[in-house]
Amino acid sequence: MSKCDTRIKIAGVEFKNPVMTASGTFGSGKEYGEYVDINRLGAVVTKGVSSALWKGNDAPRIAETYGGILNSVGLQNPGVEEFIEKDIKFLRQFDTKIIVNIVGRTVEEYCEVARRLSSEDIDLVELNISCPNVKEGGVAFGTDPQMIEYVTKEVKKNLRHPLIVKLSPNVTDIVEMAKAAVDGGADAISMINTLIGMAIDIHKKRPVLANTIGGLSGPAIKPVALRMVYQVAKAIDIPIIGMGGIMSGEDAIGFILAGATAVAIGTANFTNPRATIDVIGGIENYLTENNIKNIQEIRGLAQVK
Amino acid sequence: MKEKHTVEIIKNKKIAKNTFKMIILAPLVASEAKAGQFLNVFCKRGDLLLPRPISICEIDIKLNTVTLVYAVVGKGTAEFAKMLSGEQIDIMGPLGNGFYIDETNNNHLIIGGGIGVAPLLELVKNLKGNKTVYLGFNTEPYLIDEFNRYADEIRITVENKIETGDGSLETGDGSLSESKDGTEKESLGTVFFGSDNNSGMSQKVPSPMTLKGNVMDLIKENTPKADMIYACGPKPMLEAINGWAEEKEIEAQFSMEERMACGIGACLVCTCKIKKDEDREWQNYRVCKDGPVFYRDEVMWE
Repeated sequence: MSKCDTRIKIAGVEFKNPVMTASGTFGSGKEYGEYVDINRLGAVVTKGVSSALWKGNDAPRIAETYGGILNSVGLQNPGVEEFIEKDIKFLRQFDTKIIVNIVGRTVEEYCEVARRLSSEDIDLVELNISCPNVKEGGVAFGTDPQMIEYVTKEVKKNLRHPLIVKLSPNVTDIVEMAKAAVDGGADAISMINTLIGMAIDIHKKRPVLANTIGGLSGPAIKPVALRMVYQVAKAIDIPIIGMGGIMSGEDAIGFILAGATAVAIGTANFTNPRATIDVIGGIENYLTENNIKNIQEIRGLAQVK
Repeated sequence: MKEKHTVEIIKNKKIAKNTFKMIILAPLVASEAKAGQFLNVFCKRGDLLLPRPISICEIDIKLNTVTLVYAVVGKGTAEFAKMLSGEQIDIMGPLGNGFYIDETNNNHLIIGGGIGVAPLLELVKNLKGNKTVYLGFNTEPYLIDEFNRYADEIRITVENKIETGDGSLETGDGSLSESKDGTEKESLGTVFFGSDNNSGMSQKVPSPMTLKGNVMDLIKENTPKADMIYACGPKPMLEAINGWAEEKEIEAQFSMEERMACGIGACLVCTCKIKKDEDREWQNYRVCKDGPVFYRDEVMWE
């Protein structure tokens, strides 16, 4: 039997399969590259990069909750110049697509990173307006539809590559946010970022995280993520990269049936460093067992009219 | 390619209150691990997503085994504590960088606090020269016989009350302890029990007496001589050692602890403020990948 076709397309860029890494969980692949063959991944989505060095939040930056983890890294990164020099150079050795996640405190800072990356050999840019762990930018931009549209539009003006807008689930109406990104000119949507949460150490009688609050990810949030992907897929026409608690190929198929074009693996990498590869295998098995020749045939099939 | 893999538990037993020793048959780890490195140990419970970073206590290349000594501090380690010999467990590693052993150093001062004593045992085995070992515990000492086998001098302290065999209780207020009959125990620094490494390890060495206090009390009373200090334990302990070492101008290697996620340097969760470069400000370094061992003068104390 011939192998099923897992290729997908987002904004004219072809990916060998729909499996990507979720920003912030995989660095730029250098560390996980010792555990997985990066050539097999659909794309590597890098850790968020800003115009200059960000030190991030104080430790502890992580807390484990039932079926989930809370993080408050605070977008620590060396700044775009060092990132280009080291990380893009590293990733270009592999036959995979490079998606660079960008962050900023102001619209101008986002635009600055976008301008700088425009001359680089990358495939797409992901706009992070949904990080709950920074005071400015991040989720502050991602919960206001007018701001989403504005920052999307401005970044698009400064960017040569297609733009993915990453949505925050910490909103009342996710569809309104997705539409705002579409109106701003987004080429694709990725969703969801983490849900704002917290954990308390009952022995110390203090929050576990130094930053008090953090972003919840992992299987605990999967039903929320799936619901949001489903709702947004129904309302907009641009591709969606679905994520939130995907641990297996079956989970990934669920997101595609809900309407996602691609999926991203985040927290699962910590539980299983080969999670990305296992998800690819799981997707292929599902397609083969169900006699589906092309993954695109099942996108959105679970949508109830 | 490196991988998470399944190994067999040879032994898993309680060695002190909330403290367990697990021996695993892990040839891949045993052949490359060194003192100060750690393993990611994975939970079976599906809701516990993060591996537990556990430091390597002993490595046996001949038997292909690795010994882990861990404290039960949460659901994951509680799960490990229930596991039996013959059962399988998933691990990843060795991870991180170990201690740096400089062969030109002759006098080593090894200081452990609580579960931080674990990674120091393999180190003490590997160091050459004179080895002074100070170990501090909260309530109940462990691994003492093992350390005693390799140390030239060993001193133990316990900080809080210990329930002694004769029913006497030591006070937890930091004052000199008294037993029920009112006899005062010997003060810090007056007892010395050392093993004689040169006469062969088969010889039975006396167990050192446990004193009330903490390792800083030992340091202040005995002012040990050292070319290098190696320490692992709670941050306040390391900070206090740093202050003393700075005054005495002794170099030190500290194994730092922080909550981790990936364990391999990708997620930037387990950071420690480190200043490596004179010209640069401190940066958040990764405890798992850049550490866990850092030189004391690199660490930024809060």
